[in-house]
Amino acid sequence: MLDLILSIYEIPVINILVKIVAILVPLLLTVAYFTYIERKVIGYMQVRIGPNRVGPRGWLQPIADAMKLMFKEIIFPSGANRVLFIIAPTIAISTALAAWAVVPFGAEMVLADINVALLYILAMTSIGVYGVILAGWSSNSKYAIMSTLRTAAQVVSYEIAMGFALVGVVMAARSLNIGDIVQGQSGSGILGWYMWPLLPLFVIYFVSGVAETNRAPFDVAEGESEIVAGFHVEYSGILFAIFFLAEYANMILISVMAALLFMGGWLSPFADVSFLGLGSSFLAGSSIIWLISKTVIFMFLFLWFRATFPRYRYDQIMRLGWKVFIPITIVWIYVVGIMYYAELAPWFIKG
Amino acid sequence: METILFYFFSAFMVLSALMVITVHNPVRAAFFLVLTFFASAVVWLLLEAEFLAVILIIVYVGAVMVLFLFVVMMLDINITELKAGFVKNLPLAIAVALVMFGTIYYVVGGDQFGIEHFATPDRHAADYSNIAELGKLLYTEYVFAFEIAAVILLVGIVAAISLTLRRRPNTRHQKIEDQIAVKSEDRLRVVEVAPHARKGER
Repeated sequence: MLDLILSIYEIPVINILVKIVAILVPLLLTVAYFTYIERKVIGYMQVRIGPNRVGPRGWLQPIADAMKLMFKEIIFPSGANRVLFIIAPTIAISTALAAWAVVPFGAEMVLADINVALLYILAMTSIGVYGVILAGWSSNSKYAIMSTLRTAAQVVSYEIAMGFALVGVVMAARSLNIGDIVQGQSGSGILGWYMWPLLPLFVIYFVSGVAETNRAPFDVAEGESEIVAGFHVEYSGILFAIFFLAEYANMILISVMAALLFMGGWLSPFADVSFLGLGSSFLAGSSIIWLISKTVIFMFLFLWFRATFPRYRYDQIMRLGWKVFIPITIVWIYVVGIMYYAELAPWFIKG
Repeated sequence: METILFYFFSAFMVLSALMVITVHNPVRAAFFLVLTFFASAVVWLLLEAEFLAVILIIVYVGAVMVLFLFVVMMLDINITELKAGFVKNLPLAIAVALVMFGTIYYVVGGDQFGIEHFATPDRHAADYSNIAELGKLLYTEYVFAFEIAAVILLVGIVAAISLTLRRRPNTRHQKIEDQIAVKSEDRLRVVEVAPHARKGER
């Protein structure tokens, strides 16, 4: 029986499908409970309790929300383009999930180990903008189209800063393959991570990531006080839920990429550290648990930002992106070049 | 499998390219152009040019077409007005189109780029890195052409900005630097007031 299952698993298509399910099911569950944790965390930060009615301590709240949205009617606004109205959330969710194909979870745990992985993720996020644009345009609504214009301008602007921040990582690792980038950070524990030599790029990457996903404080795309809810104001039921899902999947993607590119991914912070003998204890082994805990730090930052910062004004967002972030990244790319030629230990030693 | 994929995406590309010039709505035409880029990126992937394919998506689909869509969405294009001179200009249009087609056919047609002029390229192994090869070529053999292209692009950026930059000294606008530099002491004055009882109270 076990042999039969293993032989079926050896078929390439089945093998890939099993891997896809193994990535997507935990991802979607994380998305569902990320929304719950968001409401709880922000609730506690604002001295409220948060959802506590459905199930013990509100644990079943995301399930109840999903059921509610699934059974709600999908309303098409009058004059809406029906085909594009349905295609828009499909593009949003498919690009958000397709980007996970190249994300490695361990040294060998990756679905598609491709050389252009980093560029592929950038490409997927840039296609994701079309979900927003199509949604805003096909809704035939003024609020939606205004939000679309804001979002598209914001995402295109911050993509440049983000791309430049990634150029620094690629220069340091001399590879676009994410697995190789993580391996490049191994060797000296927490000091070997790229967040130290690339600290400005690391900060800019994460802030641009927050802006890319249209989260607070960069959420002018859905500024409730001005344009109701943004590009998905006309969406109801499951179509709205899909946009919601895509947004949270993108947030988790930005977090996991920050952990992989700048904080050594699955590498242990204690590896090769002689202090207190930690380098030889069980804590020094690289494991997916390290990746998950680093990702959770960034996911928490998303929520913390939202509870802490007031919304940026639109011209301030544009100024920050074009006049602050892009010049800093360009300067720091030169600095990385100098560090590269100086073979600064332990990050830039040529193997 | 590869052949099926190639024909599927080639047909897809040709069809959506046709739709770009036949659909009435300019926004839809722009969306079909996006599909065309996407299909051509897939065809490039099949040609083992994965770097170019991904760059095509990032640059054209992710940036250029988004800006295009902006412009098209903002403009109120009247289709009937545009179509007014269709019949009158048709002969000239056909003539221009034929000349263009002839030129393109002459330059990239079967005589120059026919299948018999080229040997079938070898398949690369799975560990072949398209990016490394491209990088080596760009920064060694074609380094001057590459730098000149970069300078031309820079000149283009500077020219575009200087053409559209209008200084309007009479308008009031916000100086964000000043706004950020503001401290609470500049705006708020805490006044010490000695507490004292009013007349008549108690």
